[in-house]
Amino acid sequence: MRTLIKNGMIINANDSKKANVLIENDKIVDITLDEPKADNIIDANGKLIMPGLIDIHVHFRDPGFEYKDDIISGSETAVAGGVTACCPMANTNPVNDNATITRDMIKKAKKRGLIDLMPIGAITNGMKGGSITEMGEMSEAGCVAFSDDGLPVSSSDVMRAALEYSAFHGSFIINHSQDCSLCRNGHMNEGLMSMKLGIKGMPREQEEIMISRDMLLAKLTGGHIHIAHVSSGWSLKLIETAKKEGINITCEVCPHHFTFDDSYLEGYDTNYKMSPPLRTKDDVKAMREGLRNGIIDIICTDHAPHHLDEKEREFDKAPFGILGLQTLIPLTLNLVRDGVISLNKMVELTSLNPAKLLKLNDRGKIEIGYLADIAIVDPEFEYIYDENLNKSKSKNSPLLGKKLKGAAIKTIKSGKLVYDFPNVVV
Amino acid sequence: MAYSKKNLISTKDLSSDDIFQILNLAKHYKNLNLQNEKKSPLLKGVTVVNSFFENSTRTRTSFEIAAKRLSSDAINFTASSSSTNKGETLIDTIKNIESMKTDIFIMRHSSSGAAKFVASHTPSCVINAGDGCNEHPTQALLDLFTIYEKFGSFDNLVVSIIGDIAHSRVARSNIYAMQTLGIKIKLFGPPQMMQYASVFGCEICKDMDEAVRGSDAIIMLRIQLERSDDETPFPSIREYSRYFGLSKNRMKQAKDNAIILHPGPINRGVELNSDVADDTRISNILSQVENGVAIRMAILDIVYKNLKGL
Repeated sequence: MRTLIKNGMIINANDSKKANVLIENDKIVDITLDEPKADNIIDANGKLIMPGLIDIHVHFRDPGFEYKDDIISGSETAVAGGVTACCPMANTNPVNDNATITRDMIKKAKKRGLIDLMPIGAITNGMKGGSITEMGEMSEAGCVAFSDDGLPVSSSDVMRAALEYSAFHGSFIINHSQDCSLCRNGHMNEGLMSMKLGIKGMPREQEEIMISRDMLLAKLTGGHIHIAHVSSGWSLKLIETAKKEGINITCEVCPHHFTFDDSYLEGYDTNYKMSPPLRTKDDVKAMREGLRNGIIDIICTDHAPHHLDEKEREFDKAPFGILGLQTLIPLTLNLVRDGVISLNKMVELTSLNPAKLLKLNDRGKIEIGYLADIAIVDPEFEYIYDENLNKSKSKNSPLLGKKLKGAAIKTIKSGKLVYDFPNVVV
Repeated sequence: MAYSKKNLISTKDLSSDDIFQILNLAKHYKNLNLQNEKKSPLLKGVTVVNSFFENSTRTRTSFEIAAKRLSSDAINFTASSSSTNKGETLIDTIKNIESMKTDIFIMRHSSSGAAKFVASHTPSCVINAGDGCNEHPTQALLDLFTIYEKFGSFDNLVVSIIGDIAHSRVARSNIYAMQTLGIKIKLFGPPQMMQYASVFGCEICKDMDEAVRGSDAIIMLRIQLERSDDETPFPSIREYSRYFGLSKNRMKQAKDNAIILHPGPINRGVELNSDVADDTRISNILSQVENGVAIRMAILDIVYKNLKGL
């Protein structure tokens, strides 16, 4: 089975070129100006041919909360966003803290066959912050990293052990950076806006304090700490310092943190309630600068579906989190349009760097011999992100019903067309 | 221009004309309340639901009296007896009550934004009777009514608001309304309750003397320990009283005819010493309570007429 994508602009992290891409079975076998014979031809004239996006931070709520999303709907949502590989977090029910659950999750995703599912295992059993999990067996079963996401590991001693032990197994730790003793039951960023709205805030220092601790523990252990969803400007200063000192540290940012600030909470819309919370305009500016100057390694979504009944209620009673997979491309393209990053940098942040972090040597590039995981992106396409397009079981996005620009119009996974805007093909 | 909304959620929505419209109507109802026959037939046949999802005695009673004096059928329900305690969502509770053909919801809730949230889901009138730390517009209006009665004008007035600014819905509603009226506002409180208070654009004072100095009216706020869970409180009641409490001695800094207001209930010996609270020459606390009924009658009158296009 041969597929030819012709007339498109190939965007890799290090270069862009107009050429045709020939796929045979699941691999890219040629990049050429010729038009070799193929069973399927996709005309990508005026479109971008990008490596499939890799989202290292999603919540598919499976097992346990399948009414919000499950591995099937999560996979469908991912490919509708041009994402061909996802790392679901461990805060399921039961928690993904053992190899059996990890294997079951991967098996379910494989059966649907739309994406590669690479679970993040829990750091501690039951995500209770105590004893660390069997990281060796879980890594063998397919876990690519470990995190108690949503529940930061408060004990420095446990975190030290986790960094040491995960490094032994060639893995790394992702921490939700939050000093919970400073949480004060907060529901948004602490600052002028929280004061105005009368909503309890969480100071950005709770994130910065935890990052400071974790970078020091990474220095102590030599383990690799990956900072989840950075949201404050000072966090980036700390990470920059740690990187300069040679500490094994990487970080990610979510599109909502480089797009929205806490002024969007003025109407008490719970779709803007997330953790870490939307910070100030200065922090948004810092996130964009961090993407431009390379301090931030990865863009991920923290795709966090919640049922309408849970979100449509009093602000302080609604859960944290928003959908992200289908708005990843348009919001990241806004950075390109604003001149913050280039298209090449976008590919580095959304595909190449995540592949490197996960040690996936056959992904993250449009290159001969690489897996044919491809997002064909129309950067100029304007559309309403409505309920017909939304593939998640949940609807908790502030962008739902809004006009967006730029989308994956076709997504190819391992050589197979898995999404065709606006209709799912398989 | 008269106030045209069917809800009263925030004093931010009130123009200067709106405030005077409410105060003038409240004056009319205050006179009615002084008659032997304290009834107006205005809301006859109208069902008013006092929906108190948070504890309250004086505000709930004040609204109930106001609704009954306008001849409406006023019913009360409180969080402890409502289905929200059985897991029902706020909107489901409201929709169920609304199905019984009710007309006006008076909403008190512990969540900031709850009144606005309910108003966006119901065709009935919604009056915010206090939502979390956000706003308490009828309290602000009765404070303004009390101040207006005393001074006859809002021109050149200085009002100090002192205490737990961060957790005070009374402070927010008063600040917005007073700024609309051009009143100069001074704010003061313990540092942990004042952080980010600059957002309100008022004068921030560094101690009690500065806060009280030259004030015409001083609104003392209640310490609200119930809203500061998970936060480290101030060291002691004794120390709070010393640095943030109002005594007769401190009142010497204020203008000669200055008045004290307090949204109640008072923590005697904490934010207010009894020598101030009980001095009827300066304490207007009971006038506030009296004026509250008239203000709430005025609000019920206006929003219901707006709903019906009367």
